[in-house]
Formats: sequence, structure tokens, C-alpha cells
Amino acid sequence: MSNAVAHADEHAHAAHHPALQHHFDTMAQQKEAAVVGMWVFLLTEILFFGGLFAAYMVYRIWYFDAFAEASRSLSLFWGGLNTAVLIGSSLTMAMAVRCAQTNKRTATVNWLVLTMVLGTVFLGVKVIEYADKFEHHHVPGYNFQWAAHEAPAAGEHAPAALAASEGAAAAEGHRELSLNADQLQLTTQIYFSLYFTMTGLHALHMIIGIGIMLVITWMAYKGRFDEEYYTPVEMAGLYWHFVDIVWIFLFPLLYLVERHV
Amino acid sequence: MLDKLKIPERHYLNNGHGLASWLLTKDHKRIAIMYLISISVMFFLGGLFAVGIRLELATPAGDFVSADAYNKFFTAHGVIMVFFFLIPSIPAVLGNFLIPPMIGAKDLAFPRINLLSLYIYWIGGIFTLYAMLSGGVDTGWTFYTPYSATGSNSNVVPVALGVFIAGFSSILTGLNFIVTIHRMRAPGMTWFRLPLFVWAHYATSLVQVLGTPVIAITIVMLGVERGLGFGIFDPARGGDPVLFQHLFWFYSHPAVYIMILPALGVQSELISTFSRKTIFGYSFVAFSSLAIAVFGFIVWAHHMFVAGISTYAAMVFSFLSFSVAIPSAVKVFNWTATLYKGAISFETPMLYAYGFMGLFAIGGLTGLFLATLGMDIHLHDTYFVVAHFHYIMVGGAIMGYMGGLHFWWPKITGRMYSEFFSRIAAILVFVGFNLTFLPQFVVGYLGMPRRYHSYPDEMQVLNVMSSAGASVLGLGYFLPVLYLLWSLKNGEVAGANPWGASGLEWQTQSPPLTENFIEAPVVDHEPYEYEHVVAKEKHLV
Amino acid sequence: MSGHVSPISLYLTIFMALMVLTGVTVFAAFVDLGQFNFLVAMIIAGFKASLVIWYFMHVKYQSKLTKLTVATGLFFLVILLGLFLVDYGSKALTGMPPLLN
Ligand code: HEM
Ligand SMILES: [Cu+2]
Repeated sequence: MSNAVAHADEHAHAAHHPALQHHFDTMAQQKEAAVVGMWVFLLTEILFFGGLFAAYMVYRIWYFDAFAEASRSLSLFWGGLNTAVLIGSSLTMAMAVRCAQTNKRTATVNWLVLTMVLGTVFLGVKVIEYADKFEHHHVPGYNFQWAAHEAPAAGEHAPAALAASEGAAAAEGHRELSLNADQLQLTTQIYFSLYFTMTGLHALHMIIGIGIMLVITWMAYKGRFDEEYYTPVEMAGLYWHFVDIVWIFLFPLLYLVERHV
Repeated sequence: MLDKLKIPERHYLNNGHGLASWLLTKDHKRIAIMYLISISVMFFLGGLFAVGIRLELATPAGDFVSADAYNKFFTAHGVIMVFFFLIPSIPAVLGNFLIPPMIGAKDLAFPRINLLSLYIYWIGGIFTLYAMLSGGVDTGWTFYTPYSATGSNSNVVPVALGVFIAGFSSILTGLNFIVTIHRMRAPGMTWFRLPLFVWAHYATSLVQVLGTPVIAITIVMLGVERGLGFGIFDPARGGDPVLFQHLFWFYSHPAVYIMILPALGVQSELISTFSRKTIFGYSFVAFSSLAIAVFGFIVWAHHMFVAGISTYAAMVFSFLSFSVAIPSAVKVFNWTATLYKGAISFETPMLYAYGFMGLFAIGGLTGLFLATLGMDIHLHDTYFVVAHFHYIMVGGAIMGYMGGLHFWWPKITGRMYSEFFSRIAAILVFVGFNLTFLPQFVVGYLGMPRRYHSYPDEMQVLNVMSSAGASVLGLGYFLPVLYLLWSLKNGEVAGANPWGASGLEWQTQSPPLTENFIEAPVVDHEPYEYEHVVAKEKHLV
Repeated sequence: MSGHVSPISLYLTIFMALMVLTGVTVFAAFVDLGQFNFLVAMIIAGFKASLVIWYFMHVKYQSKLTKLTVATGLFFLVILLGLFLVDYGSKALTGMPPLLN
């Protein structure tokens, strides 16, 4: 037992990689610690967005019609395009990590740059979409306006009957809006509050991701990585893929609430 | 007679001098010391606000401060004590200092992240204190909507932002511990040879990592509602204020276990050391920590029985709340069984351990009263609740913290404090605590609501008892500041293992080296093998 | 020592699968499936996320501990959403209306 340990120790010293920190015995231990650490961090991210998803779930159950209405006002074109862009950037990120693994310096840098470009495209599209919301007064707050013509067939149902009537309408197949104009004004605002909070935080994560990638790209360019040590690239990759996953859920939740009417 | 003990020549405290050697250190032990100083300052500030509260409540009339100021007092007290003292207390100080040596590691897995967490804590703390002093907040530490979202015109957002920032410090500490415990154990240090202190911190870290992000997002939602006029929780805008409570307690109930679990870990170490026995049912105690952490996540709505949750949900959460009592009780029973026929001694840390057992039991059992639906309708938002959680948080968590601090003080500083004064302080704390909070059970049961600055005349006697007890308690907390500081220069040199304890951290010198051990340790025995240590001591004598 | 290197063809396959599934989820949204629209959308999204986690994020080749960490995250997410449903779901069932007025 102690023999084996002593041996491992010697081995570590012999192979002493410049990136090995003093409190780890081997590069393998150091890398494994980083991977687990990153995943634990992503675990917190899951629950961070989880809180938002919970809020979304509650209001979607309550105000389904408003969510469907508001969701139809989003552009499927921009949303779909952005989904494709982000999935593409996941591919380029995976390629960047792969090139780092196989110690291809220039290719790593190129793939990272391409990933950042795609990320920027995504953010650009988001800017277009946000600008559109500003124009239509769909930004929650004092200027929020869900225009009357966007709220057809405002029924006069009493609010207390809301839950019940919703169920009944759903059963009939063709639903009739269970909210009057005033209620729609309030509840679409809740949808857009969640829309902006969710997409805003997602975009913030992307901006942070691009910032991290800038540093990593510079490090890769300087030749800091090799087959033994490319942990930062891998960590940046994990983070970026996670941001992609969040969008994979946001897209149907926000853009596709009810498109078939 | 042995040679007079000496402080070793080289140790973490004299390895580098000057402010920069502290502020830029990556040594978990120095970071722990800086945390110790920071949270002590916070404890003092939170205590000042408590003094304000107890002064106001010494008389039935609201005559000491205005109702508004009183609201700000109890909010400041709660926010500081919960987020800036209790949550970091044992993990960031004792856990930070002790987990690496306990598992035979040189440092935590991510020393730089450890330092980062301290800086984040400072930033959050300064932010909160500034907001608190430049106007204050009056929502209570719970920030309930809709009042916090639209009603209150105090500094809600800055304070909430401070809590948000401090949350990241807590997350990073937890993350570091989890990875460290998984990946940095010395050869031979299997999971079932870990000290129970480490198990407890593992469970705590899980809660920190899983729960804290939810309060973070909740604060974000509160912030955009208040700051940008979004509609999320405000009923006037179609929102649901109860949703805020759900999200808040999804974190904050588990958070009470962030505060108590580490203390349970300390308790296991104290009980076994001072009765010189292996912990009874080691694996039960270890797993009960994990069980508490997991169950802690499924009971939160017991804070909301009368807030408008569905009757059905109330029944479910009431039932689930009872389930948390099981792992807690397992621990208390196992400690009791450990004491049985042990060679018990009564040094200061053990006095705290005894205090802990009784007070934790009372706190936990009154929790069960509150988790009973019918009872809670009567007791919700009364002083009974205040007494309940202070029995656990002050009687439990702070007792555990004090006990742990006294137990490991010789390890941290290399010197002993005055046994006489420390015993007096421990007794003052126990007596003062009970005098303060026992009457609150009664006055709460009689119907005195919490968070008001005046009350009916008939309740004055109990309230005066409480205020009197608080001053005794304050004295009990202040005394250690004196004799602990005194001990730094004048205390007797402690030696590596003054208590004859069995943990790995006692096998190295006090204060330890920066790398903790001269030679990387290899563990070849089970935890808490006192037969071993006792035999050695006899041999020495 | 350099970890598992996946073939480029695998990455391309995953990428194509993700694109196709995006198309499928948009298509499915335009078909009236009643209550099941939401379920279908979430199943597709979950499947896409799993592909990313398993292959792009290399969880397939990581230690048990990493897999356990991922599972823990999902487990607690389910607890969060599930217990919210215990309250809000039972309110909907018992006809407790939302707060609108
Ligand atoms: C057996 C375990 C426990 C049970 C069943 C329990 C139950 C309860 C219940 C039902 C309440 C709500 C009372 C009300 O507002 O009407 C409550 C409040 C509280 N409990 Fe516990 N509790 C337990 C353990 C703990 C622990 C370990 C801590 C802290 C370390 C704690 C801290 C608190 C706090 C801070 C509050 C009040 C929060 C507030 O409204 O400001 N409890 N507890
Ligand atoms: Cu609770």
C-alpha cells in the first residue's frame, strides 16, 4: 500500500508538468477535480434556471391563453434561426475542444473564433428581436401595451370561472379566449416579464461565455495547452454547451406555446 | 515530566508576513482566519441590532424607537445574522481550516476559488451594510412580496443584491468542499474513515450548491419587478405573491440546514473525543446528515401553511416535515448512546456540546409542533416561532460553533485559553440563552405576534425576562473575545494533540504547516479509535 | 492521458440530429395534439439536451462521479418543479382560481 503511494509520488515528480499545481499529486487528479468542479457549478446553474422554469410553469398553467397569444407574437423565423446558430456553435465548440485534445494549436484557435462569431450572431439576432418588442410596446413596465386588435374575442367570463372555462374550452378542441382585454393586458405582461428575464439571463450567460472564450483563445494562441493540459478549453466548452441546452428548452417554451390555431 | 512544549518554528502563521501575504494567500487556513475575523465583526453588528430589539421590547409601549426604525432593526438583525454570520460560520471558518488536514490533503481542491469566495463575501457584506446604514430595509429577512416588490420604499434592492452576491460565496465554498472531499483524500482515507465533521460538511455543501441558486434567481426576479416594473409577483399585475414564498423557502428551509448540519458535525467530534469512545452507529450518523440534506428540500411549504397554499399541499408538506425529524433524532440518540459508559470529561467544548444536545432537542421538537397543521394556525408568526428557530440557530448552531472554536482553537493558534474563564462563558451562554428564549415560547403561545414594537401590558414580565437574559447572553459571547485574544500571546502552549483526540488533524503540529503535513499521511485505521489513543496516553503517564 | 477523443463523424451526426429535431419540434407545434403538444415539445427538448450532455459534453466518457453529479441536478430540478405542482396542481384541481380581478 504505502509502497504504491511512494511510487505514485515519484512518478508525479518525474512527469512534473508545468501546469500541475502543488497540492495535486498527478495531472489526472487535477483534471478530474476540474471536471467535477465544473459540473457541480453547472448543477447550480440548473437550479438557477430551474427557479425561472418553476415560475414559468405556474403562470403558464394559470394564464395559458395569454401565454399562447403572446408566444404567437414572437417571430418563429428569428427564434428558429437562433436555435440553429446556437447548435452550430456547440458543434464548433466541440471541435475546438477536440483540436485542443489532439494538440492542434491553430485549429483550436480557429474553431474558438468561429464559436465566438456564432455567439455574436445569436446576440445580434436577440437585439433585433428586443428592438421589435420595444417598438410594439411589449416590454413589461409602464409602457407595456397589449394592443386591443391583438386580443380578439375577448370574452366576458368572470375571473373566478377562469380555470374551469379553460378546461372546458380545451375539451372542445377550439378554444375561445377566456380572458378579457384588461386581463390579457396584465397576463401577457407576465409572459413578457418572464420572456425578458429568461432570454436576458441566457444572453448574459452567453456574453460571459464569449468573454471567457476570448481569454481561452488568447491562451491557446500563446501555446499554453497540449494533450496533457487543455482543461480551460474543456471547461469553457462545458459552459458553452450548457448555455446551448438552456436555449434548447427556452425555444419551445417561449416560441412554441400554441402555434396550431 | 515531559519537556515544556514549544510552538514549532515553522507554521502557516509565520510563513509570510505583511498584509499582502494574507490578502493574496491561497492557504485555506489563512483564508479561514480572515473569515473568522469577518464573521465576528458581522456577529457583533447583528448583535447590536438585537440589543436594539430587546431594549424596545423591555416596555410594552413602543417608546424606544419608532415602528419604522424597529422594522429596520429586526430586518438588519435577521439579514446579517442569517446570511453573513450563520451561513458562513462553521463551514467557512472551521470547515475551511479543518477539512484538508482531516482528510490528509495539502489544501482544498481550488485554493484560488476559496480566496475568491472570501472576496465575494466581503463585497456582498459591504454592499449590504452600506444599504442598511444609508436608510435600511423594513421587509424582514424574508423579503416577502408584494410588500417588498411594490409597497416598501426602503433599500430593498441593494440589500437583496448584497444577499445575492454573498450567495455566490456560499456556493463556491460548497463546490470546493464537494470536490475536495471526493478527490483529495489521502491514501487509505476511505469514505467510512472520514470524520463525521467531514460528512456533515459534505451534506451542507450539497445544500449550498443546490439551494443557493434558487434564492439567487428569486432575488433577480424581485429585482426586475421592483427595478424595471416587470410583473411577476405583484397581484395587482396578475402575479402571485405566494410564488415568491415558494421560491424563497425552497432555498431558505434547506438553508436552515446549512446552518445546523455543520454544528451537528462538530457535535459528533466533541462527543466522541470527550467520552473517549467511538461514535455509536457511525454509518447511521454519517448517512443521517445526507438524509437531512435531501429531506430538507421537500418540506419548505411548512412556512406557508396559512399563506394560501392548497389544503392538499399543506397536508403533504406537514407530513414530509415530520420525516426530517427522524434523521435528526437518529443523531441525538446515537450521541447519547456514545456517552453511555464513556470516560466523560467536562472541558469547555464539552460544556457547549451538552448545551447543544438539550437546546437542539427542544428546538427540533417545537419544530414538530409548528409542522402540525392545526397548531401552526395558532402559532404562526408568533414569538413561538421566534423561540423555535432561535433554539436551533442560537442554541444549536452557535453553540456548535463556539464548541468547535474552543475545541480547535489550540490547533488553530497553538495555544490554550483560560479553562476557568471559558467555562464561565459557556455557562453564561447557556443560562442567558434559556432566560432569553424560553419565555418567548410562552409569550408566543399566549399570542404575542412577532415583528411589532409594542405589546399588551400583561406580557411585560416575560419580555423583561427575555431582555434580561439577552444581556447575560451578550456577556457570555463577549467574554471569549477577551480570553481568546489574551491566549494568543499568553496562552499555554498546547502541543499537537491537547485533547488526545483521534482525528488526522491532531497528528500534525499546532499550528500546522502551510502544507499541513510534513509527509503525506497514509491512513490505516478506522475513525475514532480511542482504545488506541487511550493506550498511548497511559504509556506517556 | 488526454481523455477520450471522439471521431469528427460522431460530432457531425449529433449536430445533424439536433438540427433535425429542431425541425421536428417546430413541425409538431403546428399539429394540434391537444394536451400533448407540450409533452412532445418537452420530450424532444429533453432528448436534444441529452445528446448534448452525453456526446458534446463527454459525460459518456467521464467518471461515475460526474454522471452522478448530472443526475443529482436533474433530480433536484424534478423535486423543485414537482413539489410546486403539488401546490399549484392541486389548486387547479380544486378550482382555486388565480388572483385576477
Ligand atoms: C425537526 C425539524 C424542524 C421542523 C419540523 C421545523 C418546522 C418549522 C415550521 C413548521 C416553521 C414555520 C412556523 C411558522 O412560521 O408558522 C419553522 C420556522 C422556522 N424554523 Fe424550523 N423546523 C425544524 C428545524 C429547524 C432548523 C434545524 C432550523 C435552523 C437551523 C430551523 C429554523 C427555522 C426558522 C429560521 C424559522 C422561521 C422563519 C421565519 O419565518 O422567519 N428550523 N420551522
Ligand atoms: Cu422550515
